[in-house]
Parts: sequence; C-alpha cells; structure tokens
Amino acid sequence: MESLSTLMEQYGTQVPAAFWTNIRLALLATLGSFALGVLLALCRISPVASLRALGTGYVHVVRNTPLTILMLLGVLAVWGQLKITFAPDFHLNFFIYAVIALSLYHAAFMCEAIRSGVNTVPLGQAEAARAIGLGFLPAARLVILPQALRGAITPLGNTVIALTKNTTVAAAASVAEASGLMKTMIEFRPDVMVAIFLTFAIGFCLIVIPIGLLTTWASDKWAVAR
Amino acid sequence: MIRSKFLSVTAAAAAAALSLSACSPSSSGGAGESSAAGGASGSSQAGGGDTLRIGIKYDQPGLGYRQGEAQPTGFDTDVARYVAEKMGVAEDDITWVQTPSANRENALENGEVDMIFATYSITDARKERVDFAGPYFVAGQDLLVRADDTSITGPESLDGKNLCSVTGSTSAQKIKDQFASGVNLVEQGGYAECVTYLESGQVDAVTTDDIILAGLAATDANQGKFKVVGNTFTTERYGVGIPKGSDSCEEINEAITEMKESGEWEKALQANTEGTGYEYSEELNSGDDAELESCS
Repeated sequence: MESLSTLMEQYGTQVPAAFWTNIRLALLATLGSFALGVLLALCRISPVASLRALGTGYVHVVRNTPLTILMLLGVLAVWGQLKITFAPDFHLNFFIYAVIALSLYHAAFMCEAIRSGVNTVPLGQAEAARAIGLGFLPAARLVILPQALRGAITPLGNTVIALTKNTTVAAAASVAEASGLMKTMIEFRPDVMVAIFLTFAIGFCLIVIPIGLLTTWASDKWAVAR
Repeated sequence: MIRSKFLSVTAAAAAAALSLSACSPSSSGGAGESSAAGGASGSSQAGGGDTLRIGIKYDQPGLGYRQGEAQPTGFDTDVARYVAEKMGVAEDDITWVQTPSANRENALENGEVDMIFATYSITDARKERVDFAGPYFVAGQDLLVRADDTSITGPESLDGKNLCSVTGSTSAQKIKDQFASGVNLVEQGGYAECVTYLESGQVDAVTTDDIILAGLAATDANQGKFKVVGNTFTTERYGVGIPKGSDSCEEINEAITEMKESGEWEKALQANTEGTGYEYSEELNSGDDAELESCS
C-alpha cells in the first residue's frame, strides 16, 4: 500500500490532466470529423458522378490508412520537413496536428455511418421531396438527413467511442496524453505496474461507457418510427 | 511502429496482471523451469548450461540492433556474448529475444529470458521485481547536436531551443523536471524520428544517454552529421537484468570484470561508436558508480 501512496503523490495530479487532454482531443475531433463526414456523405449520395467518386475515393483511401501513419504524416512530414506550423505556441501546434489527423481519419467512418442512416430512409421520401420541387441540397437538408441522422445514432456513437480510444495515438504526435503518461509511469515505477495499468484501463472505461449508454438512450428516443 | 509499441505495453501489463495473480512465487527457482520458448532445452543456469536466452533491444544502433534474423550488433550484444562465453555458452547457442523497455521486468519474471542486456539502468524501483548484475557500463544523459553547432554546450544553454526525446523515457522526464521552463520538448516514439528533426533543423538537440546518442551518430546514414556534446548531467548504471534470486549474478560480475581488464571491453566500445568523436566518461566508469552490485 505504501508504494501505491507514493505513486499517488508522484502522479496524482498528472493523471486527470492527461485524461483531460484525451477528452479535449475527442471532443474537438468528434466535431471536426462529424462536419467532414456529413460533407462526404452528401458527396456520396449526390447526383453528381465526380462528387460521388471524390467521396468514395476519400473513404476508401483514408479508411484503409492506419491512424498512426496519418498522425506521423502530420509531425514527421508537415512539421519536421515542410516546417508548417498552425500555432505560435509550441505544444498547441502538436495538439492541432493531432485533432486534424483524428478528424480526417474518423470522417471516413462518420461518412459511412451517416450513409447507413440514409439507407434507412425509404426511397419514397426522396421521391416525395423531389415531387414537391425540392432540389438535391434542400431535399437532403430538410427531408433525408434529419431522418438519416436519427437512424444513424448507434453507428455514429460507435465511431465516437473508437475515436475516443484512438486519441491515445496522439502520443505519436508529441501530445502529452494518457498513454504517454502511462509509459512514463511504467518506466519509473515498474514495481506497481499492474496498478498503473488498471488506473488507465478504468479511466478509459469511465470515459467510454457513458458514451455507449448515451448512444443507446438517444437512439431509442429519437428512432424514426416506421 | 509507435502503435505496436503501445500495444506491447498494454499486452505486457495485461500479462503481468495474469502472472501476478496466478503464480506469484515465480521467482523462486532459476529461469529455466518456466521456459516459455517451445523446444528450447531450457536449462540455462550457470556452469553446466548449454543455451541462454538473452534479451536485447533491436532498435538501438551501436548498442542492440538487429535486422531480421541476422546476428545482432552493438555494445550490449558484445558484452552479452563475452559473458555467455565465460559461462560456457557458445555464440550459436544464444537465443536473442527482443525486450523493449516497458517489457523488461515481465520478460524476466515470466522466464522468457535468462538475462537482459538492454541499456537497463539499475534503479531501486526495478530492484523490487528483478535482480541486477553489473553494471557493465555507466552512461550519462547528454545532448546530440548538429556537427556545426557550437551554441549548445550543455543543458544550461538549451533556453529557447527545441529538444527531442522519446515518450515515457527517463531522459524526457529529467528535462521536464529540471529544464522545462525554457525548453520546447518534442516527444516521439523513437530516437530515429528525433534524428530526422535534428537534421532538418526543427529541433536543435536530441537527448538521452550519451552512448545511445553516440550509437545513433555512428550509423552509416548519419556519419559526420552530428556530434555528442560530452557534458553528461545524470548517471545511468547499465546493469544485467536477471530474475529475482538467480544464482548467475556472481558469474556475470566476474565475466564483466575480466572483460574490462582484458581490454576487450574498451575495444568493443570503440568499435561501436567509431567516427563520432565520442569518448566514454572514464570518470564515471572507474569511480564509485562503476562498483559492481553485490549479489544476494
């Protein structure tokens, strides 16, 4: 027990701070990837062939690229070699790279989740929208997407859960987050390695399980009754 | 690569959780009894042993480096070969096992390896779980800079500079604790990434133990581009990790002493850091810090 209390003394304040970084990454990247995902989904269901090709191409390329590679691309290539920075603050800069990489990567999954929602909307809805004179964008905005998003809550929630856990990959972009701190703690305190591992495992459960519960509740509440 | 490292950390931690709950007195006997390597004869204790499983790093040029199934190279492996020979194990009978930093204690506790030569600093926290023989080398944290850089002479001259180290390493933590205010620290998954930034100019120095830096600078691709500053500011005693209660400690210590006295030690050190202008700290390696651990 004594070794545990010294561990708390050493790292007690750093653990919540590191998890807070993961939460901020997750929140910002969820917003970013959702916005881009909606755009991609619109491309993929649009009547314009070149936009469909663009959306399909993006999804297939990004979905099949490991997130670590996107993350390293930001740091090794964009920062390390091209020397492009997004913020004057040294550490904020890496945080922004990480949010961009997470957003780009998960946008592909968001897009597919939304598209699965679109498939739950009966074809008659789209035909009716066209029949009253709505063009593609107004029909998508007023008729298709509101129903599609309600039908896509569960897969969207899954994507957010995956995204939250993937924020640990931001360690590759020099962001001081939970997995990096876990490494540091194991390096210095191998005597209590199991306790350290459990701390972080439970920490992620505490973040991720509520997202799952919220998703289930929301998808029940807002499901489109047909 | 970064990701697989992270996975191995979690896997190692999970394995530790299992081993501690299932069979805690695993440190009682020698390493051989719980051999995890299928087919290996297992018996590996000092004296009559015929094979040895030695844990090394695979990704640290100059210390422990291995490509595919080739014979590993580096100072750690040279010392390991010498010690093994003194214990009556020929080079061909050594099984090399990769032991990344976070996995070293587990590998010894689970009997995956008989001993570890992997830039393994002797610390009290680690002694809770493993025993150490040696040290066979005393390193110190230092800085690697571009060969034409004369502005950085030590950690004090880092103010306002960008510095690179490896996530979760003791070196990174040291900088955070003591020099963080004026230094911009980039943390990466490996030193190879740090070196690319140093070359492109995005960071001004890379920091870790001096001999690791010398090994990086000595690779063919980096020949002549970088130099080790040579102003160490910590003491890292590289020990030989062995399972708790192992009886091979004395024998390893004897072999290390013999290697130093015979001149083989110095030869190996020079061969692995050639062309970098690196000189190991004689002060550290002959003083109190180089005193061998007393075997229990």
